[in-house]
Amino acid sequence: MTARTLSLVLLLALAGAVPATAQDAPAAATSPAATASPDAGPDTGVAVAEDGGLTGSVSDESEWQDLGIAITTFATDADVPTRTNAGTTADLGRALSQIIAANLKNNGLFKPSGPQGLPQPAYAQVQAPDYPVWSMRSADMLVQGYVRANADGQITVGCYLYDVALKQPLAKGGWVVAPADWRRAAHKCSDLVYSRLSGESPFFDSRIAYIAETGPKGHRMKRLAVMDSDGANHRYLTSGQATALTPRYSPDYRKILYLSYLNGQPSIYVYDLASDTQQLITRNTNPTFAPRWSPDGKWILYSMATSGNTDIYRISSAGGGAAQRLTDTPGIDIGGSYSPDGGQIVFESDRSGSQQVYVMNADGSNQRRISFFGGRSATPEWSPRGDQIAFTHIAGNLRVAVMRPDGGGMRYLTDSWQDEAPTWSPNGRIIQFFRTTRDSGLTSIWQVDLTGRNERKLPTPVGASDPAWGPIRP
Amino acid sequence: MHTPLKTGPSLAILAGALALSACASKAPKELPPEPGPATSTDAGTGTLGPVPGSQADFVQVMMGADTIYFDTDRYDVDSADQVALAKQAQWLARYPAKRATIEGHCDERGTRDYNLALGERRANAAKNYLVSLGIDAGRLSTVSYGKERPIALGSNEQAWAQNRRAVTVTID
Repeated sequence: MTARTLSLVLLLALAGAVPATAQDAPAAATSPAATASPDAGPDTGVAVAEDGGLTGSVSDESEWQDLGIAITTFATDADVPTRTNAGTTADLGRALSQIIAANLKNNGLFKPSGPQGLPQPAYAQVQAPDYPVWSMRSADMLVQGYVRANADGQITVGCYLYDVALKQPLAKGGWVVAPADWRRAAHKCSDLVYSRLSGESPFFDSRIAYIAETGPKGHRMKRLAVMDSDGANHRYLTSGQATALTPRYSPDYRKILYLSYLNGQPSIYVYDLASDTQQLITRNTNPTFAPRWSPDGKWILYSMATSGNTDIYRISSAGGGAAQRLTDTPGIDIGGSYSPDGGQIVFESDRSGSQQVYVMNADGSNQRRISFFGGRSATPEWSPRGDQIAFTHIAGNLRVAVMRPDGGGMRYLTDSWQDEAPTWSPNGRIIQFFRTTRDSGLTSIWQVDLTGRNERKLPTPVGASDPAWGPIRP
Repeated sequence: MHTPLKTGPSLAILAGALALSACASKAPKELPPEPGPATSTDAGTGTLGPVPGSQADFVQVMMGADTIYFDTDRYDVDSADQVALAKQAQWLARYPAKRATIEGHCDERGTRDYNLALGERRANAAKNYLVSLGIDAGRLSTVSYGKERPIALGSNEQAWAQNRRAVTVTID
């Protein structure tokens, strides 16, 4: 994990320093500044600001989703074998551009073309695009890039976004990745393009924990599993001998909280991804449910039933501390999702007689109901942007909806027989949830954007439920 | 040839007893065993059914009363449930060394986390009623399976009604 983190720190430096550290780079982009203005000219390095801090004009900002983006096959200085599972550097160049095109297209964000059917820029053209060619093809934006195999086996990937009408670069980034992590470079490039053109924070370079489901409805096996945001790098973490439910990635991606029936009783475990070991979060004979992390990873929320009465508790994730009970009403208080600043928690309670959504301060004080929509409201999840709360609304069917943190502005995002358990993309713009099919009980993970228009099913090897989208990877 | 004549009356009594208990509830799940060549005139010995005090015996004696059912989103023990739980308590009182687990379940039309908590609440409602009938709480444990273990597999009101349940399982 440490090595991986280091190489990504390095990549940010590369945004302005690719040519400096890699003398074989295509043309010369000499600015070492990480926050240079793109208006300074095509030879100046353009900022790669993770927080979307770039300024500058895009041809047509209001209609960015309709932009025609040409995504070309990434060039290489030398077609040599790599230690990746993609093949040679030329193979990698094709694969990277395909992943970027699929990312932008599948999420309904842009209307990308390529890499198939487009001219393939030569290595020397990566930083000197042939603008007239792309103008003739009516491309508004152009993505080019390169791949190089380093002597130590690592892969360097450069990514450049150009505005064809303005004939100038808008953004660029460079990353050094370990062979096993080569797909991350494509996600980083996708994030760079998306963030620069939309003004939104990135989200592609992230992972999803979920429950893989196999077998008939009356005897379903449920396993803990993880995958990249596009479904790649899929991996099972548990064997399925014990039913696993409701995973949550820690903010640093080192651990996963989840529920397991390993000891007969439903109990929350914390699974350590580096060592593939796990332990109970509390030594207790009572059942525990619905684990959650605080945004800084320092606290764990869980719900525990005592004599049938369920309340929400928090405990230090470092271990050793005593659990603090946050709710104490008769009835079921369960779940919980922190506001991005960690100051408040939105949760679910049936203290009024049916499941409804409440907000409290992080210490349990000032509990107040915010859902008044008729029916039942469940599984609230606070957006990482703080402006919305996603939840499941139950009135006959189960549907995913959003509301403001004050309970106003309720909108449905889905309309199916049973959609539940929303989870937010790292930038708070897309929601994943799981859909259950009537009678068969087959489950699948879907995602939808905040307009509710762009809905799609995620590719998973088997049935899938309980998605938990992690933050941007460190 | 005179052996059947000799055992005939006692077998008739046994069959009558089975028919009587069948009237008290739904049809028995298993037919009485074939009247083979009897070696004893002592009717009603354990050789004809499950070991007394076993889980198999509990299931057979309960005739469906090992399970109680709940309305949507409810966990209260109604009068039909009370009859079933009284029958469970009678059996548990007869075998004071036996322990039992009460499994709480929900239908599929709820969210996962909440159903886990609701199943636990239903199991506790059954447990508390048994305790009120004099069963030692230390003999009874609970576990919730939420909506994870449906017994009726359809997606309709009838299936959901069968799945909103608490099942008492004795521990052999």
